[in-house]
Amino acid sequence: MLTDCLTPTHRKCFRESFFINSLGGRPKPVCDMKNAVIGNNKQKANLIVLGAVPRLLYLLQQSSSSMELRTECAVVLGSLAMGTENNIKSLVDCHIIPALLQGLLSPDLVFIEACLRCLRTVFISPVTPVQLLYTDPTVIPHLMSLLSNSLRTQEYITQIFSHCCKTPEHQTILFNHGAIQNIAPLLISPSYKVRMQALKCFSVLAYENTQVSMTLVNGEELFFFYFLSSFSPLMCFFSSSVLVDGELLTQVFVKMMQRDQPIEMQLTAAKCLTYMCRASAIRTDDSCIVLKTLPCLVRMCSKEHLLEERVEGAETLAYLMEPDVELQRIASTTDHLVAMLADYFKYPSSVSAITDIKRLDHDLKHAHELRQAAFKLYASLGSNDEEIRKKITETENMMDRIVSGLSESSIKVRLAAVRCLHSLSRSVQQLRTSFHDHAVWKPLMKLLQNAPDEVLVMASSTLCNLLLEFSPSKEPILESGVMELLCSLTQSDSPALRVNGIWALMNMAFQADQKVKVEIVRCLGTEQLFRLLSDPDTNVLMKTLGLLRNLLSQRAHIDQVMSSHGKQIMQAVTLILEAEHSIEVKEQTLCILVNIADGNTAKDLIMTNDDMLQKIKYYMGHSNVKLQLAATFCVSNLIWNEEDGSQERQDKLREMGFVDILHKLTQSSEPNLSDRAKTALQQYLA
Amino acid sequence: MTELGVGSLPLGDPAFNYQEHELNERLKRLYPAVNEEETPLPRSWSPKDKYSYIGLSQNNLRVHYKGHGKNHKDAASVRATHPIPAACGIYYFEVKIVSKGRDGYMGIGLSAQGVNMNRLPGWDKHSYGYHGDDGHSFCSSGTGQPYGPTFTTGDVIGCCVNLINNTCFYTKNGISLGVAFTDLPPNLYPTVGLQTPGEIVDANFGQQPFVFDIEDYMSEWRAKIHGMIARFPIGERLGEWQAVLQNMVSSYLVHHGYCATATAFARATETMIQEDQTSIKNRQRIQKLVLAGRVGEAIEATQQLYPGLLERNPNLLFMLKCRQFVEMVNGTDSEVRCLTIRSPKSQDSYPGSPCLSPHHGASNTHLHTGGSDSPTCSNGVTPPNKSKSHSSSGSIKYPSASSSASSSSSSSPSSINYSESNSSDSTKSQPHSANSTQETSDSEMEIEAEHYTNGVVEGSSARIMNGTYKHEEILQPDDNSIGNGVTDEVCSHSRQLCGGNQAATERMIQFGRELQALNEQLCQEYGKNTTHKKMLQDAFSLLAYSDPWNCPVGQQLDPTQRESLCSALNSAILASADASARSGHGVCSAHGPSPVWFLLLRQSRQLFALAQVQVIVK
Repeated sequence: MLTDCLTPTHRKCFRESFFINSLGGRPKPVCDMKNAVIGNNKQKANLIVLGAVPRLLYLLQQSSSSMELRTECAVVLGSLAMGTENNIKSLVDCHIIPALLQGLLSPDLVFIEACLRCLRTVFISPVTPVQLLYTDPTVIPHLMSLLSNSLRTQEYITQIFSHCCKTPEHQTILFNHGAIQNIAPLLISPSYKVRMQALKCFSVLAYENTQVSMTLVNGEELFFFYFLSSFSPLMCFFSSSVLVDGELLTQVFVKMMQRDQPIEMQLTAAKCLTYMCRASAIRTDDSCIVLKTLPCLVRMCSKEHLLEERVEGAETLAYLMEPDVELQRIASTTDHLVAMLADYFKYPSSVSAITDIKRLDHDLKHAHELRQAAFKLYASLGSNDEEIRKKITETENMMDRIVSGLSESSIKVRLAAVRCLHSLSRSVQQLRTSFHDHAVWKPLMKLLQNAPDEVLVMASSTLCNLLLEFSPSKEPILESGVMELLCSLTQSDSPALRVNGIWALMNMAFQADQKVKVEIVRCLGTEQLFRLLSDPDTNVLMKTLGLLRNLLSQRAHIDQVMSSHGKQIMQAVTLILEAEHSIEVKEQTLCILVNIADGNTAKDLIMTNDDMLQKIKYYMGHSNVKLQLAATFCVSNLIWNEEDGSQERQDKLREMGFVDILHKLTQSSEPNLSDRAKTALQQYLA
Repeated sequence: MTELGVGSLPLGDPAFNYQEHELNERLKRLYPAVNEEETPLPRSWSPKDKYSYIGLSQNNLRVHYKGHGKNHKDAASVRATHPIPAACGIYYFEVKIVSKGRDGYMGIGLSAQGVNMNRLPGWDKHSYGYHGDDGHSFCSSGTGQPYGPTFTTGDVIGCCVNLINNTCFYTKNGISLGVAFTDLPPNLYPTVGLQTPGEIVDANFGQQPFVFDIEDYMSEWRAKIHGMIARFPIGERLGEWQAVLQNMVSSYLVHHGYCATATAFARATETMIQEDQTSIKNRQRIQKLVLAGRVGEAIEATQQLYPGLLERNPNLLFMLKCRQFVEMVNGTDSEVRCLTIRSPKSQDSYPGSPCLSPHHGASNTHLHTGGSDSPTCSNGVTPPNKSKSHSSSGSIKYPSASSSASSSSSSSPSSINYSESNSSDSTKSQPHSANSTQETSDSEMEIEAEHYTNGVVEGSSARIMNGTYKHEEILQPDDNSIGNGVTDEVCSHSRQLCGGNQAATERMIQFGRELQALNEQLCQEYGKNTTHKKMLQDAFSLLAYSDPWNCPVGQQLDPTQRESLCSALNSAILASADASARSGHGVCSAHGPSPVWFLLLRQSRQLFALAQVQVIVK
């Protein structure tokens, strides 16, 4: 194999000169090697197989070899790293990283630059474990100190940082070693590459990091630090905000977003500001967001930009405006964004298929990315405003695109499509019209089968909305046998899935007929139902109570459910009322009692339970009006005149002192409560 | 809200002076290429160019409504003092809604001089507007298109005219709303219109900082154009600036069809003309026909030489047909002229229409295109196109008696008398085709010219040919040489409708019906088109007057009205050739770098507004 690639001279050269006679410090053989491998992946792989890496590393680490030789070694290693991912793996396996990091301690700048270049190439590869940068705690401070040495060190180090900052811990380490102060001056470097890499560093540092974002805006976090250690006058230095050439960093970023700057720079600067805004360091109504960042990101979505830029632009924009309806409204009117996004679905275009294969290949590669980005952005746009949702659904073929997106092979697209659908499903009008017309429930149900959790959360949440009482899709979904699926969701480990499952059941039970209710109870099983009543997640508890309330809604249904499960329900209610729970939970529980008290035979379950009656009495005198009102309602139902045995119940409650409380409540300043108390008292008069 | 003229302000008012100073500074910064002595910038609303329901105050910057505001007939507009100079490159102004008044029917936009002021901007031809009540954009039409959000009291609406690509976009409170209009004509005035009492708006022509960052937008275009210049491919020709410049001049001449000049220029500079001579001449011949008012022949020639072109541009075809009708009224179109003037040329030109039968049309096309510069345009492709054109213009029927006679006399020579320098108009393009297969030389030119002079002896067409190929005058619009010929004849008939001939008038009426039918058909296919409707109305209105030349719509008969149509047709032909060249069909010979140069030439002023000279020199 070797003979194919390496000439005999080369082999001789490597074997003899390099392996045998290397400590002489003459870099000539290494230099030859460098020339042999440049731009030739096969040669690189061969050299690695030959075992050149340990040898090169050995030479590189020998302080006795000449600086020239050591530098050449680093250069050859860097060249090897430029090859395939396998090359990188072999290099990392040979412990190249500690060796190169060690090399950085040398006083020779050229050697340092060669090491850094190689490190940079290794670290930007996805196969390199990022953690290797952080194993030695002295590395980061040393890299920070090297930043001032030359444009090259600046470029390589910032590039390493921006690729190796993946977790909040990484962010904190870099931040604590003064990344912001050290990198900020590079934003006005004469070298475009340095400016760009510095900017990228800030974008990864600020992502979902309030501490960093705050410091980028005004150094507030450090100001805080200053107070903590106010005894030390040195700390005063940090109290000032980070300035670059007399400007705040935010202003520098805004300048980098100017429309005559390279697109890459505009986009990355917009990302920085987006992350700072999402980390609450910049207000969403700040002009640098509304008038600069948002329009810049919308521009990135336009047809004239590269597909990658359009994807990144759309995703960043979606992230920026996700929590803010005002930004969503502004974006929806900016530069025809809603219509512009429709173009994201036109890849690969029919033209590209004809004209050239290369373009088709490129289009195909990005088609999924484009679609999921568009869905994400639509989801974000339509998450709050009804008007925008209407605009989205009216976009050409939008519903069809979502429907086909739901069953695409790419999981990313499916997830984004279901997010988009979820966002639109918050609209009553869309549920009634386009959702029904396009039978979106069908692909949605299909998606729910064996989907990964993240998709399942979104899909089941959408299903909740589709099961709302006024949704015309409710009927067909019920018939499709969704019950089992929902019940199994309530047993999931993920609280979000449990909530969605029980929520959907709750919606399903709302004003449903007896058959459906029985089916729900049967399918869910009473055991599971009561297990959910003790769920650690309050949301799950609330929705389970809601389900119970909906099950106990018509007199006949109430009596039937209570006759079969009365004991357990009363137990559960007691438990909840006795436990520490929020007002909302207690109110919901009391509402269940109200419903039970509305039944014919079910009433007795309360009337015969003195403990329960005492609890109701207690809540009538509670400090919270909502609970008082619910308890009063319950009493009112119990003593209602026209029903059998009302006289006895009235008497019993009078004996227990309820009438006095009712009298007191008629004096309440809450009109609802006093009215309800008066109505209840009238039952006694009749 | 009393009306205040600029003069009524006390002189030396420091605030006013300061504002004036700031305005001057800002305008200078935004539009450095504008020479205000030649083309002043808009600085306020015009107290003269407004409807009476409009009141002005605050240095003519504030506009308020003072009419009844009962319905749309009470709408009122005001234009700025000056049109937007082309040298701006990119122009921007803002309007703040001080009060939306009763209903907030406010329109902000642009209009040309002379557009009715008793209307909101956008409702009429050469008028464009964005309306606050519904957020729609109005592009020379009474019905708006959904465009942006509504706007009301407190909003600041900006209007940006990009004179480089002739588009316009609006902004609301500093946010761009996206392109609203394309293909804007030149010399538009900033315009606002109001319709109900209480509506007040303030203009900002640069007196104050703009809410939208227009300078950022300008910087993007500046960078784009610098990039275009910097990246302009010169390749191996680096350093051969003379050649580049010669190429530039040559492609300009070729674009406009100045064939003789282009040839002379090529001879003098010892360069080659990139487009086929025949192709240039074809285009020029068609242009001449349009400029001479012989639109019918121009349509025929276009259909022969560029099959499918008009079918792909139904709007252009409609405009041409409309113009043909107008020319019939004028008595200049050959369809009516042949009935009034006895000349072999016009006789032949009438039946020469390849539209007569699909079969002939197809064979003609094949022959011509095969011989000329579209070798790949195969027979298999064109006939369907052709027949489609017949079905689409199926309403065109010629008087049966003459039609049968003429069809045989015209179409058969076109294929048989190929080399006989036949005088038939329909075969006129054939000598071109014949020549195009040979090498183009000076002597060829002579022979070619003789074909024409021999072939077309009588009538104004002889003068056309002379004018085209013999004189240098051709650089000017040839209205003189041809127009003279035409008007002479027309004058001799003391300018009567269709030259005063009964048969011609009947033919014209019939053509009018066909035109109406075509319009309806286009409506069905492409939806209502108000421009078409208006065009048709205007054309038909000519018949309502005893002396069409001196009536309110008589403007249409002016030969200068042919020019815009002529250049539209020329552009369409070039575009189709260019497009087919790009899509790899190779219908037309390559234009080389010309598209970019055309852009540079056509818009040099706008471009120079943005590109600083040293960049070009560098």
